Amino acid sequence: MTELLTILYSLIEPTIKIVVLVFMVILPMVAYSVYAERRFSALLQDRVGPNRVGIPFTKISLAGLGQPMADGLKFILKEDLTPGHVRKFYYWLAPALTMVPALLTCAVLPFGGHLKLPFFDEPFQMVIADLDVGILFVFAIASLGVYGIVLAGWASNSKYPFIGGVRSSSQMISYEISLGLSVIPILMIYGDLNLGSIVQQQHEKGWALLPVTLDGFMPVFSFRDIVLLVPLLISFVIFVTSLFAETNRLPFDLPECETELVAGYHTEYSSMKFALFFLGEYAAMIIGSGFAVTLFLGGWSLPFGWGGNGEESLFWGLVAIGTFFAKVIGFILFFIWVRWSIPRFRYDQLMRLGWVFFFEIALFNILLTAGILMFFG
Amino acid sequence: MVNVQINGTWMQFPKGTRMIEACKEANAEVPHYCYHPKLSSPGNCRMCLVEMGMPPRLAPGQEAEKDEDGHTKISWMPRPAIACANTVANGMGIRTTGPLVEECRKGVMEFLLINHPLDCPICDQAGECRLQEFSVEHGQGESRFLETKVKKPKNVEIGPRIRLDDERCIMCSRCIRFCQEIADDDVLGFTDRGSHTVLTTHPGKQLANDYSLNTADICPVGALTSNDFRFQMRVWFLKETKSLCTSCGRGCNTLIGARENEVHRQTPRENGEVNSTWMCDSGRLNFHYLHSESRLTDPMIKSDSGHRVASWSEAHQLSAACLKACEPNQIAMVASARMTNEELFMAKRLAKELKIELIDVVTRPQDGDDLLVSKDGNPNTNGAMLILGIDEPGSKLNAIKAGIDRGEIKALLCFDENLVKAGLGEAILGKLSFLLSSHLLANSTADLANVVLPSSGFAEKRGSMVNVTGRLQRLNQAIQPPGQVMDGWEVLRDLIQSVTGSNGLYMIEDVFKLMAEDVPAFAGLSLSKIGDEGVSIMDTDEKVTLLERERERVAKGIIVG
Amino acid sequence: MAIVVKRPKLSILEKMYLPGIIKGLWITLSHAINRLRGKSKKVTMQYPEEKWDDQLPEYYRGAPALVTDEQGRERCVSCQLCEFICPPRAIKIIPGEIEKGDTWEKVEKQPATFDIDMIRCIYCGMCEEVCPEQAIYLRKDYVITGESREEMVHDKDKLYEIGGVRVGLVNKWNELK
Repeated sequence: MTELLTILYSLIEPTIKIVVLVFMVILPMVAYSVYAERRFSALLQDRVGPNRVGIPFTKISLAGLGQPMADGLKFILKEDLTPGHVRKFYYWLAPALTMVPALLTCAVLPFGGHLKLPFFDEPFQMVIADLDVGILFVFAIASLGVYGIVLAGWASNSKYPFIGGVRSSSQMISYEISLGLSVIPILMIYGDLNLGSIVQQQHEKGWALLPVTLDGFMPVFSFRDIVLLVPLLISFVIFVTSLFAETNRLPFDLPECETELVAGYHTEYSSMKFALFFLGEYAAMIIGSGFAVTLFLGGWSLPFGWGGNGEESLFWGLVAIGTFFAKVIGFILFFIWVRWSIPRFRYDQLMRLGWVFFFEIALFNILLTAGILMFFG
Repeated sequence: MVNVQINGTWMQFPKGTRMIEACKEANAEVPHYCYHPKLSSPGNCRMCLVEMGMPPRLAPGQEAEKDEDGHTKISWMPRPAIACANTVANGMGIRTTGPLVEECRKGVMEFLLINHPLDCPICDQAGECRLQEFSVEHGQGESRFLETKVKKPKNVEIGPRIRLDDERCIMCSRCIRFCQEIADDDVLGFTDRGSHTVLTTHPGKQLANDYSLNTADICPVGALTSNDFRFQMRVWFLKETKSLCTSCGRGCNTLIGARENEVHRQTPRENGEVNSTWMCDSGRLNFHYLHSESRLTDPMIKSDSGHRVASWSEAHQLSAACLKACEPNQIAMVASARMTNEELFMAKRLAKELKIELIDVVTRPQDGDDLLVSKDGNPNTNGAMLILGIDEPGSKLNAIKAGIDRGEIKALLCFDENLVKAGLGEAILGKLSFLLSSHLLANSTADLANVVLPSSGFAEKRGSMVNVTGRLQRLNQAIQPPGQVMDGWEVLRDLIQSVTGSNGLYMIEDVFKLMAEDVPAFAGLSLSKIGDEGVSIMDTDEKVTLLERERERVAKGIIVG
Repeated sequence: MAIVVKRPKLSILEKMYLPGIIKGLWITLSHAINRLRGKSKKVTMQYPEEKWDDQLPEYYRGAPALVTDEQGRERCVSCQLCEFICPPRAIKIIPGEIEKGDTWEKVEKQPATFDIDMIRCIYCGMCEEVCPEQAIYLRKDYVITGESREEMVHDKDKLYEIGGVRVGLVNKWNELK
């Protein structure tokens, strides 16, 4: 009986975390990142952006903050059309297959250090599943995202989606390699696959890209870490670029580029099924930002080793969570900024970049890191 | 045969060929207004002026100069000649291009257009107007005429079906010649002189003959237009389908002009064996019923509260059930000589399946005339006789009537006929336990029928018919039938399927193939082999006076033919 | 003959894309910063409140409409050329006859109905170009809205309401012309 209770109790905690993180944080973030994209791009291009939808039936517009809600409602109310020429089962499966992997990966994402709640002795760890193979899990699940797109392209039984699906599969497979290779230096440096402990180490010794802690006002750093910045910066650039390619965002949005493919793999989709693709892309972007932040920018930790990981007090636990999401939001804004600044690559350029440059550079980068680590012991 | 040089190429033509026809054969068509191959050539429009030359008349002892091909050198005449009324001669040269000819055409066009009202936007001829065409090809594009234009009567009703606009008239006299030479109703003529010449009817007369609308066809401009077609549709919208007129046994070849499932006009199509280039007004205007209010659009089944709309399968199944319940000798069939051969053949197959012995068609004798209107009001009597195996159409109707009266015949199938009009009144038809009636329009037989099937009109189906002279000709589909209406042979096929439960045919070509195997007269033929002008499949004594007269005039050299 | 386009020689820095990318990023960011600092203004308009009507050029192509002339004559004679030329087939005309005894009896023909389906209309202006009677013009009205498909079909009355009277046109139906 008590065993059952223990099992039940151990289920309650992750359930609450899932509900809170996925449904109350990530999904609203997805919705609002669309809004942010539109407003920020408007700023970048001297436009206005959505600024009208506010509280319904009033003239209060709240700078358009009601827009995501209205968009969501619109998607739900739109006619859900399934064309006659599609493979129905896979056609319906594809949107779900795009959204699910994107959300699954957030299971291992440490979105905070610990949270010490009143009435509980133990502080709660701010990660849904504290896996020791976190990064491997991420790559394993993230690769599934391509199935959604390929299935959508194939099941639509129409030429533009098909070309979009083919493009996206080759693109995602190509860039997965450089994405994986670019993370290896991090793993070598921290000697751990657990994302939580990678962040904890960054919290203690300074971020991967800012390996400095402060002792009073005196910066403390080791020469080894400074030298390691070189491979880490290279890794970071490759990682972020590959992330753009993996999430099908400009400048690498060839699977859905309008000028050539109408809307690519989701040409034949409408209503909520289209919305799932659309939101899946944004969810992937948010989670991808989360990983970039976690691996290279210290995750939930403040710079220079400030603050605590939340084991001591509730305050620092909340600060850690806030820090993480602030970094993620910053990164999303960077994503948006890039999208509205850089034109789309040509497909051969994209493939060349992935296979000829990033692949080799990332391989070389691993050797470089290994050399540095060997040299400094 | 004579050697003629046309635009530099030597060709051979039979003696007596008009220059204009020779040029046409040489692919150098000469523009013309007054010339019409079926009418005499007065040569009054001057549009067909060409440059002509003959071998020089030699002085005694002079040797003819030869060119490198061995032909005698042509000495060109300094002034042009009309191509329509002159015939070719040996050694003649014709030029249809060059500065002289072009200048002539430009000048003639300018004269013709001097008093033209330029009301093309409201003119029904616009789009098929020779004046428009040649003005673009040979005219100069703008007017140098500063004086006041001559005003003439417009919008004159010169007959019940024809309207005249004198301002548009170019005095080609085609209509006058048609009335004199073809229609034998000399009512048109010119009055006044010079640019004040107007076309008009003789005092107290009207252009009211049954062929008056042909004048609108041959009028090269918009002077004579049809009242029926007036302002209905611009001709460039019309999709023209080669078909037949089904108003009498002649089977005149027609073009059906339709747009968006609406027939707007019928015009005759040339066929030297049937109707020359003419057509009677009554046949030509007999298409309005296709769009009539009383058109049946759905199959209907009689219920206690009148007829209700049903689906095809429901109607067929009910009919099949009722027919199977009867003994073969209790069923009779009245088909129609207005049906196509394919429909008749399917009706025959249905009769075979049900073992029906009593089959007949309704006859439609009428007066006819000396020209085209036949004495037979049915378009396909010959086909019905061939396919249904009837020797004397209409002879069994009385037997059917008597059989119903005695109660021996319990079920009657009636296709495309109104039996009440044919003499089987309500009292007779009321005795039947099952009456199936198919017709285009709601009628008194349909009122009494247990199952009413809508049928398609002549412009809505493909098929073939045999006319009074024994010529097999083809109907083509111009428009889609309204509502649930299907092609007649398809309806009968489905009915046969409901009776036998077997699989049917899918294409009308297959129906014709089966028919060709079954009926000796059609052996070796197919719908495509019939062609646009038909083939003669049997001999009848029928003579077409109009064609006889035409051949006579061709032989005399009056017309080209 | 094929034209050989000489590609510019790129330096190593240019080949790396990075400087170019950073430059591009900076340009967009500077726009955003200037907007936030209030130094530059938006270039777009907030549509229903702000409009550009007074700056529409003479040749602006808005809703097609029928016009009457200074004598109050309906200029269209329903020749159906616009119906013919209309690329999206938005125009449907049923011709009618002018009764005998009318002042303009001589014109004989006028449209009985004249419908332009504004859902179909693509504002190409071909109808105006092809009209031999100077009867149809594209006006500056562009706010064509409706709550049903039927409402979006402009009938003859509506077309004359939009079109109004146009003066100074060629009057070819006058006597002696």
